[in-house]
Amino acid sequence: MSHVPVDVGFVPLVDAAPLVVAREIGFAAEEGLELTLHREASWATQRDRLVWGQYQAAHMVAPMVVALSAGIGGLKAELDALSVLSVNGSMIGVRPEMADRMGAADLGFTDAAAVGEALARTARGRLRIGVPFPYSMHALLLGYWLNRPGQPLAHQLVVVPPPQMADAVASGDIDIFCVGEPWGSVAVERGAADLLLPTKAIWQFAPEKVLAVRRDWAEANPRVAEALVRAVWRAAKWISERGNIGVATELLALDRYLGVPAEILERVLSGRIVVNGHGRVERVRRSVEFFDAAATFPWRSQALWIAEALARETGLPAGPLRDVARSCFRSDIYRAAVGPIGADLPGASEKLEGALQHRTEVASTLGRLILGPDSFCDGRVFDPEDLAPVAGPAQ
Amino acid sequence: MADRLRIVVVEKDRDRAMMIIDGLQDTGDHDVTVIGDDTGLARKLAAIDPDVVLIDLENPNRDVLEALTLASSPQERPVAMFVDRSDEQVMRAAIEAGVSAYVVAGLARERIRPVLTAAIARFHMVARLRSELDATKAALEERKTVDRAKGLLMKAKGIGEEEAYALLRRTAMDQGKKLAEIAAALITALELLK
Repeated sequence: MSHVPVDVGFVPLVDAAPLVVAREIGFAAEEGLELTLHREASWATQRDRLVWGQYQAAHMVAPMVVALSAGIGGLKAELDALSVLSVNGSMIGVRPEMADRMGAADLGFTDAAAVGEALARTARGRLRIGVPFPYSMHALLLGYWLNRPGQPLAHQLVVVPPPQMADAVASGDIDIFCVGEPWGSVAVERGAADLLLPTKAIWQFAPEKVLAVRRDWAEANPRVAEALVRAVWRAAKWISERGNIGVATELLALDRYLGVPAEILERVLSGRIVVNGHGRVERVRRSVEFFDAAATFPWRSQALWIAEALARETGLPAGPLRDVARSCFRSDIYRAAVGPIGADLPGASEKLEGALQHRTEVASTLGRLILGPDSFCDGRVFDPEDLAPVAGPAQ
Repeated sequence: MADRLRIVVVEKDRDRAMMIIDGLQDTGDHDVTVIGDDTGLARKLAAIDPDVVLIDLENPNRDVLEALTLASSPQERPVAMFVDRSDEQVMRAAIEAGVSAYVVAGLARERIRPVLTAAIARFHMVARLRSELDATKAALEERKTVDRAKGLLMKAKGIGEEEAYALLRRTAMDQGKKLAEIAAALITALELLK
């Protein structure tokens, strides 16, 4: 039988790995898909080609799915997140002189509070922070970290394409950046920046990219949608298996994917991050996570966290955003797709976010599921049940 | 003149930019500026304060423009632009052609439409010319390789041009490969044996 052609867009980042592996190691073909990957230079074009039908699926920053479905930002398009492609994986960095002024060498690399205080101490005026896109986890996590109740740090987000982040911080266009790997490590390699903090220091288990599709496409092609979820799930599992990081790294390094030296990519995938020009290495567990601890599961509580954060950033009412977010993280499709091939599925599709300090067993279909840690830098717990009621029809 | 539009074309390649400008000028006496170096794009756009921005879909700085469309607050003097998506047919055609248009809020559709149509046509033309140019270049390269291989064969075997060419062709056919591939392989082999 001939394979079903599926065109998927990706942006050159380490967290495109499950798509690359699904194609190159053959999981997509085994699921009956002829997967063609298209590299895109911007999230805007990625979005346009998905929304206007040139792609059937796309690697997408998680908040974009919610923002587009809610019609924030000029365009409304009903999108669904079929699975989470990656958890964590971004880095915050500054010019080496600023890192020295902050005394970064003496700050813990995962101590968000200490780094935040050092920033507040050394900042001259409003901090200009480079992020890849307005509706990104980068923007939302920075907002959570810096807009602390009572002591917010004045800042302004500036959009800079990831490969240009090193130049932008070197030229002084921005003071800090928050960017998906490998572009933080690339900036270190070029001597343009020192890394201060991985974003996982703000939220230890933050969904980052999702597998996005149009809702009408998913409804019209349920079998293809499920096959695609299975292919990337199996690819993520393969990446997490011992001994496969080397091959995954070499694949990502190819010119048609990232075109970045494998040596740099390996730091990210192995969690041994070189943070400055002197070669200081920090071990970061789950610097990017593709599979373990149900990383691929599209938790509706994660979607709700994104809705709340988007409401805070945009000043829009939270109620409608919550409804949209809840409905576009498709744990139902995910369950139907990977349940039959041995995925250990959680008993619930919503949970507390940030409640786990340690790895903890939870109820699941096979009884072996361990989640966490997933805490936030301020120790708060996000409870979807606790969301303040809002007025209006969304209630 | 009141209905002159201020249009910015973000395009590195001079020839492409000229072709696009030509197309736009046919639709009216517009004030067209080309931004070739797109570093600090937000600053440059703020200085020009355009009505329309045209940018290649493949340009990474599209995300910078996206951010500008959101940064409209009454306090700052914003480069308040938004993507006009009200006209689905034009949007689709634009994406096919590989161009993205950002249009200042409140501009009448009938003023924008001819500009967009012209831009779409020109982006199509540019893409076609580029692929033709690539094909011509490749063909020229292949011919050079075959000529060189032919010369090397003539020297090495003391044969004439026609015979050398026939030998290359026959080998290519026997091996089911392209003439240029056989020629390139021969050149590599002879260089190694030097």
